[in-house]
Amino acid sequence: MSKQSNNLIQRYSMQERMNHGLVAVTFVLLALSGLALFHPSLFWLTGLFGGGAWARILHPFIGVVMFVSFLGLMFRFWRHNLLTKDDRVWLSRVGDFANNREERLPPAGRYNGGQKLLFWVMVVTMLILMASGVVIWQPYFAPNFAIGTVRLAVVLHALAAFVLILGIILHVYAAIWVKGTLDAMTRGTVTRAWARKHHPAWLREVTGEAKK
Amino acid sequence: MATQSLQIQRRSADSASVAGGSQGGKVAKLIDISKCIGCKACQVACMEWNDLRDEVGTNVGVYDNPQDLSEHTWTLMRFSEVEPDSDNFEWLIRKDGCMHCAEPGCLKACPSPGAIVQYTNGIVEFQQAHCIGCGYCITGCPFNIPRLSKKDNRAYKCTLCSDRVAEGLQPACAKTCPTQAITFGSKEDMVRHADLRIADLKERGYANAGLYDPQGVGGTHVMYVLQHADQPELYGLPKQAEISPLVSLWKGPAKPLGLLALGLAALGAFIHYRKVGPNVAEEDKGTSTSAGGDRA
Repeated sequence: MSKQSNNLIQRYSMQERMNHGLVAVTFVLLALSGLALFHPSLFWLTGLFGGGAWARILHPFIGVVMFVSFLGLMFRFWRHNLLTKDDRVWLSRVGDFANNREERLPPAGRYNGGQKLLFWVMVVTMLILMASGVVIWQPYFAPNFAIGTVRLAVVLHALAAFVLILGIILHVYAAIWVKGTLDAMTRGTVTRAWARKHHPAWLREVTGEAKK
Repeated sequence: MATQSLQIQRRSADSASVAGGSQGGKVAKLIDISKCIGCKACQVACMEWNDLRDEVGTNVGVYDNPQDLSEHTWTLMRFSEVEPDSDNFEWLIRKDGCMHCAEPGCLKACPSPGAIVQYTNGIVEFQQAHCIGCGYCITGCPFNIPRLSKKDNRAYKCTLCSDRVAEGLQPACAKTCPTQAITFGSKEDMVRHADLRIADLKERGYANAGLYDPQGVGGTHVMYVLQHADQPELYGLPKQAEISPLVSLWKGPAKPLGLLALGLAALGAFIHYRKVGPNVAEEDKGTSTSAGGDRA
């Protein structure tokens, strides 16, 4: 361990990891309870929450927790996720990334173009989910909205959740595929080699180290 | 409430079980608005039979009382003062309540297996024991009928007195109606009866008299004889009664296609990993810093 210490770079603080963890846990609970009410063949998942009525009661409250904690992540990271010209080039050549040829792509900063795009997709879907979720929240808010609004909201809610879940599948898979990434969220650190390969511009920024 | 002596044709959130028992023997309630005198005996009979007591409301200047359907009011006389054409004033009185659609929007939207059932005789009934209180039935209903109870958060509506019908009796409202504006029988008989009534109304000058049995929801097991069938909105009825396209999308193709796409995404990730292999920074190879490694 001691041998590696100077090889490791801090990527996320404890607070950032805690914040992320809260979003992750609430997301899983919401996806399970939401899918349970979305498709009848998954209704059995409500058993994890104490039955259908409890899944229905808990889902929106957990949703508020996710939304608020996501806002925490959003305010922490939005500045790092502004898309640049290089990011657009990166995105247009995303195939090189998928085939493990990152050296052909413009050097990524703290986040690459794909991560940035995903960040904004999450921001948008979270906002839609929260707003449409309030509109269909029984018994507190839904009775105050016109039926046409509620019908639009259920469709938007399902659609935004679908996009978000797809995004998270990608997000989790990328973290599994790119070795060394999970450590950033579990221990807060990454290796220099990891940073040099995946986020060279960021490595230069934090260490002043020249690109190899 | 659960009535076991009727055969179930369809259950909510359960595409696997369809049509148990015979398809025949559909029942219907026919409400002839031209015969209704607005006495509200049907409301009272409904309260009596189903043991419902709504709050005593306040008079707001119209005869509607209570002012809306609720978990305690499954049927309600709605009074409309209208001018169907420029030189006529009419007082239309409609007994509002569940239409018992052949293609029920409530049942389509309901996520809880068996919380809404459709019997082979056409009656659509809520099974409160399975209701989770999500209100999707309200979202799905084209006629604005289901109501969530503020007490137990379960949805309630007219049962078409399924418990009486199962015993060969007619619904309490039909039984009590003093002018026989409400009649009950087989759907065929009710349509035939309506034809006679419509012919009579046409003779009396209601050229647009007709039957309200909206085909947009596959027909209904509660039908109306309307003096102005060309203008159902005069009575507070939708002109094009159908399940909202948004609800059809949401509880139709979106369900299987959505899950399929999510499944394919996970599968795609798996295939990608098998094909491309893990993305490891060269210098990290052989060290234990990659995922799942050193946790000292």
